Amino acid sequence: MPTAISVKNITKKFNHTLVAVDGISFEVEAGSTFAFLGPNGAGKTTTIKMLTTLISPTSGSITVNGFDPTKDAKKVRKSFGIVFQDPSLDDELTAYENMFFHAGLYGVPRKDTPAKIKEMLGFVELWDRKDDLVKKFSGGMKRRLEIARGLLHTPAILFLDEPTVGLDPQTRNHIWEYIKKLNKERGLTVFFTTHYMDEVERIADRVAIIDNGKIIANDTAANIIANSGTKSLEEAFIKMTGHIIRVDEATAADAFRKMAAMHQGKNRR
Amino acid sequence: MKSNFLYVIYILWLRQIKRYFRSRARMVGSLGQPILFLVALGYGLGPTFAKAGGGNYIQFLAPGVIAMGILFTAVFSGIEVIWDRQFGFLKETLVAPVSRFSVMLGRTLGGATVALLQGVIVLCISLFVGFHPVFVSIPLAILFMFGIAIVFTALGTGIASVLEDMQGFQLIMNFVVMPTFFLSGALFPLEGVIGFIARFNPLTYGIDGIRATLIGVSTMPGGLWLDGGVLIAISAIFLATGAWLFSRIQV
Ligand SMILES: Nc1ncnc2c1ncn2[C@@H]1O[C@H](COP(=O)(O)OP(=O)(O)O)[C@@H](O)[C@H]1O
Ligand SMILES: [Mg+2]
Repeated sequence: MPTAISVKNITKKFNHTLVAVDGISFEVEAGSTFAFLGPNGAGKTTTIKMLTTLISPTSGSITVNGFDPTKDAKKVRKSFGIVFQDPSLDDELTAYENMFFHAGLYGVPRKDTPAKIKEMLGFVELWDRKDDLVKKFSGGMKRRLEIARGLLHTPAILFLDEPTVGLDPQTRNHIWEYIKKLNKERGLTVFFTTHYMDEVERIADRVAIIDNGKIIANDTAANIIANSGTKSLEEAFIKMTGHIIRVDEATAADAFRKMAAMHQGKNRR
Repeated sequence: MKSNFLYVIYILWLRQIKRYFRSRARMVGSLGQPILFLVALGYGLGPTFAKAGGGNYIQFLAPGVIAMGILFTAVFSGIEVIWDRQFGFLKETLVAPVSRFSVMLGRTLGGATVALLQGVIVLCISLFVGFHPVFVSIPLAILFMFGIAIVFTALGTGIASVLEDMQGFQLIMNFVVMPTFFLSGALFPLEGVIGFIARFNPLTYGIDGIRATLIGVSTMPGGLWLDGGVLIAISAIFLATGAWLFSRIQV
């Protein structure tokens, strides 16, 4: 199997002092599902940002689909789709318009665009809501739309940063079904981060456990459990890190956005 | 490749336009201030202005208020970058396989178009409060209005690119937008110290250009050509600087 992502000894420091990612290395096989499991603040999002050209590593090297994100940003960007941890849709536009603008930004051939949008919106079961403004959507619908959008330009890799945080169990299942289907049927490489153990055990071919910016295990979930002599991934995690995975449902960013949204109602023009 | 560059600009332009037409409240709300200025100042100060030998105040004031409508809308459009950062859409454009320059240019052109539309609406309203422009010159005036729109949308975009959140917004209003407006000859003829300061203000040239075309009065020494030249030069500088700042945004 060829390698989709290769990371060698990357470190990311913020403000010269805070080491968010501390010399990590790993490889992701093309066509596999790879999970990054770790508590809040472990360095998951920072790693995704480095893989997806949004920030550069302080040191170390990265290859995504054969290209270096720091040198060939455009080629790397064409080759992946991403669902960010925080929402990234334009709420004032309809679902269709969000898809349409994405197609334009990614150079999807104009004559194929309508069919492609129909296919992807159909896939996440939002075609009949295509003309609704995104601000009327529920959290789960927004997530599904973001997944459809991330896949619109037929990328080889899909990055998902905590795609199911804040969603009810039924919607979570739903979303993972789509993603597994894409992985099976189209050979899509899936790289996702999470702090839910059950998602890792159900979905991921391999998992890297990250804590305090360091990878402390990188194997199949079954092997990690077996090697640690415990019964579950959760126990293995506690044994290796000495602490439980904190599940803070609402991140600071969520809280801030809520505040901003309240503010917006009053002050926005 | 080239056609894609233009298409990306078009796409981002279109987004601004769609957002504008979708939010009627914003459209109507931002007309309140210009109308108030036209009516309250126009009728309130008109007699005093005429007694002092200034002539018809509405004729003088309307181009200034048109420019005001454009200035405010333009800066707000630029500032939208902050909202897009906070509500996440900015990331979608920053991670796309296109140059950030094209993204910035598209947003700015879109914002400027919206500001221009706002200016045209104020122009139409001013006709109802007694403004008598030289109608054949309106197309030329619109070029100056668009110049103002570009300059201040690019300025807003540049400033918003370095601000992390809305905290700095009030600062911009008080220390950039308001002084720009009051020190531009929008409300009163430029003389003395204020006249000197106003020469360093791009809005002054925009307003002079609108006055020169719509009422045939220019108070700047270089006339229309200088007005146009300054607007074009400042647009280029602000677009380049704004694009540079925009390209450095980290999310
Ligand atoms: N832009 C930034 N500036 C400074 N510190 C940051 C920045 N982004 C992330 N960090 C810090 O880096 C660490 C890792 O954050 P992050 O990658 O977001 O963690 P995770 O996604 O695993 O929750 C945290 O301590 C966080 O506060
Ligand atoms: Mg994160």
